[in-house]
Amino acid sequence: MIAYVVRRLLDLLVVLLGVSILVFLMVRFIPGDAVEIMLGANTDITPDRVAALRHGLGLDLPIHVQYWHWLTGVLHGNLGTSIWTGRPVSEEILARLPATLEITLLALLLALALSFPLGVLAARARGSVGDVVVRLLTIVGLTLPTFWVGVLMLLVFSLYLPGWPAIGYVPFTQSPLGNLARMALPTVAVSLPIVAGLTRILRSSLLEVLGSDYVRTARSKGLNERLVLYKHALRNAMIPMITVIGVQLGYLLSGVVVIEQVFAIPGVGRLIIGAINQRNYPLIQGVVLVVTAVFVVVNLLVDLAYAWIDPRVEYS
Amino acid sequence: MAPARGFFGRLARNPVGMLGLALASLVVLAAVLGPLLTPVSPLAQSVLARFQGPSWRHLLGTDNFGRDTLARILYGYRVSVAVSFGAVALSAALGSLVGLVAAYWGGWVDRLLMRVMDVLLAFPIILLAIAVLAVLGPGGVNTALAIGIVYTPIFARLARGPALTVLSWDYVSAARAVGASGARIVVRHVLPNIFAPILVQTTLSLSTAILVEASLSFLGLGTQPPTPSLGLMLSQSRDYMLISPWVSIFSGLAILLASLGFNLFGDGMRDLLDPTLRGRDV
Repeated sequence: MIAYVVRRLLDLLVVLLGVSILVFLMVRFIPGDAVEIMLGANTDITPDRVAALRHGLGLDLPIHVQYWHWLTGVLHGNLGTSIWTGRPVSEEILARLPATLEITLLALLLALALSFPLGVLAARARGSVGDVVVRLLTIVGLTLPTFWVGVLMLLVFSLYLPGWPAIGYVPFTQSPLGNLARMALPTVAVSLPIVAGLTRILRSSLLEVLGSDYVRTARSKGLNERLVLYKHALRNAMIPMITVIGVQLGYLLSGVVVIEQVFAIPGVGRLIIGAINQRNYPLIQGVVLVVTAVFVVVNLLVDLAYAWIDPRVEYS
Repeated sequence: MAPARGFFGRLARNPVGMLGLALASLVVLAAVLGPLLTPVSPLAQSVLARFQGPSWRHLLGTDNFGRDTLARILYGYRVSVAVSFGAVALSAALGSLVGLVAAYWGGWVDRLLMRVMDVLLAFPIILLAIAVLAVLGPGGVNTALAIGIVYTPIFARLARGPALTVLSWDYVSAARAVGASGARIVVRHVLPNIFAPILVQTTLSLSTAILVEASLSFLGLGTQPPTPSLGLMLSQSRDYMLISPWVSIFSGLAILLASLGFNLFGDGMRDLLDPTLRGRDV
């Protein structure tokens, strides 16, 4: 297990290094002169400002030196300076990250809470009306445009519950209730495809487990059905669910980035869209790098948890 | 591989797959025949016809400029279909090539290529697409390129695995022994064997590409106005949501139906083409 953890950590480092190289090269891929494009929307461009920004971004050095300077800076928490506000990029991202992470986490918890009863219901009553309804819902849920669901929710709430604080963001520490009220709609919207995905996997893996020899043995020795289901079958059926949580998190983060626009939530999604409109490249790079790094690390933790829970995983 | 008649014969007995095929065909037909299906231009504005609810004249109502929602959805499908087909074709071709080259050459070529694919897979989908669009600038073609790049590693991994298996089979060694070239071995022996999973993945990827395209144009990074695109329609409809909710409702529904169609069809195809899954009910 220790060798496995070490190997996965090394893999992680290689992937993060690759991610950092791509993010670094982003600005160099821009057709034309990045500096002039960045200043393009600004009216008072002087050659001095162009030269100063070029030098400030280190664009007058050889590319591997630029990368090295940038990487050592990043490792010290220096992601550069936001071109428009002049504030450190890391500060801007840290201010926006909590809202994004909160929706993501709440949506994952909600998805887990809903997919368990739904998956168990569908698998236990296989072929019943309930099963068919759950299966249809999961099929539609998987292809649901969550930003549309968000828009519909806003429509319904502004018509029938106009007093509900449907948009904006209040930190939890400032007003727990105000925070949760505003988080509720976007959380439900982005969690629906994840509920569908997890329910579907739990249903099919539970059906497989329920047909296995050890469950038949448990039944034939006279255990009651509840005990067979919850103590024997569900534990093994959960494992495929855990393996896909990493992938689901990727979809979830993608959904959150978009849903922030619908509910005017000041998270990293709105930050990066604003940065693109301003051609604020250091900020764009910072958001992509930080969010991807968080995603990669969480994915590794999920994988390790999976290896720890399921002793059958081969560490090769 | 099963003969065509067998494939469609079995598909006909898979009602969900058939429903998917029907939906997907309707979407593609709407995209191709759009201008013939509606006499109204999607760009024609009319002050008198603003904010009209669904009627015989405007089946799905009109928006804040008096533009016909149905006409805009039909034209929006052109963008959805063109961008997602372009993106998936690019990623399927490029990804399969990467996977096949990695499997055939092995060694450091394999390790390097698959490492690059791992790095691309490490980004959350929409974030990588946004980053690519930040570099290339917004627009329909660039959206197709962005989604194409994002999906490439999926096909590379999908092609590499089975290709490695096929390359280890005796008859491929035999082909090598009689002097068949690398290209010939890959085209004649490996490709036919990895065709089915790639076809299934292509259809399923179309379903998600439609959603990603809609998300990106919702964010304002996709096709630029005045060209109608479903995501942008939905985004702009929000300002008039309480006056003309039908625009928000129908543009989103159009996205859902397109994505659903390709998903169901892909799922049905997987059940038919993958013998190990045959008889499975999900």
